Amino acid sequence: MIAKKIVLVALTAAILAVGGAAGQAADKKTKVGFVYVGPIGDHGWSYQHNVGRLAVNNAFGDKIKTTYVESVPEGADAARVITKLARSGHKLIFTTSFGYMNPTLKVAKRFPNVKFEHATGFKPAKNIANYSARFYEGRHVVGLIAGKMTKSNTIGYVASFPIPEVIRGINATFLAARSVNPKIKIKIIWVYTWFDPGKEADAAKALIAQGADIIMQHTDSPAPLQQAQKSKVWAVGQASDMSAFGPKAQLTAIIDDWNAYYIQRTKALLDGTWKSQTVWGGFKSGMVKMAPYNKAIPANVVAMAEKAKEGIFNGTIHPFAGPIKDQKGKIRVAAGKNADDGMLLGMNFYVEGIDSKIPK
Amino acid sequence: MGDWLVPALLTIITASTPLVFAAVGEVVVEKSGVLNLGVEGMMIVGAISAFAVGVTTGSTTLAICSGAMGGATVAFIFGFLTLNLLANQVAAGLALTIFGLGFSALLGHGFVGKTFPGLPKLEIPWISEIPFFGPLLFGHDILVYGSVIIVILTTYVLNKTRFGLLIRAVGENHNAAHSIGYSVKKIRMACILFGGAMAGLGGAYLSLAYTPLWVEGMTSGRGWIALALVVFASWRAWRAFLGAYLFGGITIIQLHAQGFGVEIAPELLSMLPYLATIVVLVLLSRDSTRAKLSAPACLGKNFHASG
Repeated sequence: MIAKKIVLVALTAAILAVGGAAGQAADKKTKVGFVYVGPIGDHGWSYQHNVGRLAVNNAFGDKIKTTYVESVPEGADAARVITKLARSGHKLIFTTSFGYMNPTLKVAKRFPNVKFEHATGFKPAKNIANYSARFYEGRHVVGLIAGKMTKSNTIGYVASFPIPEVIRGINATFLAARSVNPKIKIKIIWVYTWFDPGKEADAAKALIAQGADIIMQHTDSPAPLQQAQKSKVWAVGQASDMSAFGPKAQLTAIIDDWNAYYIQRTKALLDGTWKSQTVWGGFKSGMVKMAPYNKAIPANVVAMAEKAKEGIFNGTIHPFAGPIKDQKGKIRVAAGKNADDGMLLGMNFYVEGIDSKIPK
Repeated sequence: MGDWLVPALLTIITASTPLVFAAVGEVVVEKSGVLNLGVEGMMIVGAISAFAVGVTTGSTTLAICSGAMGGATVAFIFGFLTLNLLANQVAAGLALTIFGLGFSALLGHGFVGKTFPGLPKLEIPWISEIPFFGPLLFGHDILVYGSVIIVILTTYVLNKTRFGLLIRAVGENHNAAHSIGYSVKKIRMACILFGGAMAGLGGAYLSLAYTPLWVEGMTSGRGWIALALVVFASWRAWRAFLGAYLFGGITIIQLHAQGFGVEIAPELLSMLPYLATIVVLVLLSRDSTRAKLSAPACLGKNFHASG
């Protein structure tokens, strides 16, 4: 984003990594490393990954030692940090942001004996596993709630970067909302950052000024939710339960829960059964959860949301069930079929009805 | 149209105010010949100091004061390192930013998830209710007005007072200022502390009014933007003010434009202040334009009395 800042953060990261490595040269515990894109105190994405790391600590105690490096910019600096972790004896390294995909690939080639786990990406290798959560299942549920709760029929969406992960979330939300409210519109503002509380709040303000009465976000700080509380509109928490920042505003939150996965993979490493794989878990695997519903949501809407959740859990409901058309009217998912994972992972189109264009 | 215009303009004011504080503070620092790259670090320490005191005591006055104090305290470390120990200013400034980000995270540990009610708005009965101009000119919080007053005061002091002349003298030629008996060190330390206090206020504005919460790294590079604005403004406080509003304006307008479905390239726009800075820096590399742009001649050079 900012050249100077990037250099600086990389410097910080390098210092942290060196410091972390120096302190543990002597012991023979298996070392597991984590790389985060934001600060662990972001109360969102990176915070939840760190909760997962702590769960690993709890589960294995003295057998392992975990290290983390936070606020690592995506791109070349990430490669340096990951290399540092690999070189300092970490046997399993979780790289927890989409933009770490190529750096992880590069480093993994040079360290064939180290296992890597890259979150939300799509380039596995012999020693790289991919894992992600089907957040769109959660987006389906909040889309239904939003469709019922909005008065202005406008959802405001604070988006980070135009990558499939984010576009999929927007589409899932819109399709669900429209299924219960044909008049629904969605306004999208791209802030081109995962974490900048000020800018995220500014985007929320702009959306509210333009008539949105439900704020959703695909960025990591609680600032948009707090702005919603201030402006007396609804909002949906992202990644973790953010109700502390807007107890009245938060309808619910889509929670990422990495604990079980991180424990399972660390155990596989210790047992020597670790294999590359691609895991994409949703409600069923427990990777995606919903925060408690706001008390102001009418009981019938809660019942509808719970029913949808259950349906997704059982496999009777799919958030991307056909027929789905794109903005040009071309059928992307035929009637009676569900979108396959390949299409979901590479999604680069808006569904019909979204009055906006994906930035190039 | 007025439905969204007034909120949009109000958002520009909020987005620009922290930049105004930080940039104007740094103008004074650089005018005295010191390059402090630690604005980001001072800002974030100001942000957590203000937020922590605000949440603990419930007093906005104390919170604002601690924001300024927090920034000034970090600035003092920088002053001591560069003025007394003659440390390299660039290295010390960068170290200050790294230190500030880490130290604020440590201080803020117990404050994640807490909220603050925000700063009270200074409303004037029924004048604030005049359509359009009322909400635009009145009904802001004290820090917004403070930022404007600081710009006016700084411009006045730097250009019209004896102390301002001293600051400029120290920045242009510290040996000459020293030889006629002025303490380069003291004047520079005063400027560094002022710069720190202003960066701290900028940070305080972030954590008390802009987004009244604490999250690590919440300044998100605003300190660097302020530094860029100082060069962009060619070391004039009022131009730094304009620059901050220009930058805040562009950021907010592009967000609103997106909401209306206007196609623009946000990456390009967020690049602009840096591009402008690079252009100014290129111009500065020629001595004749450097003089025209009034870059302080001793900027970044350490001073030692025996030298």
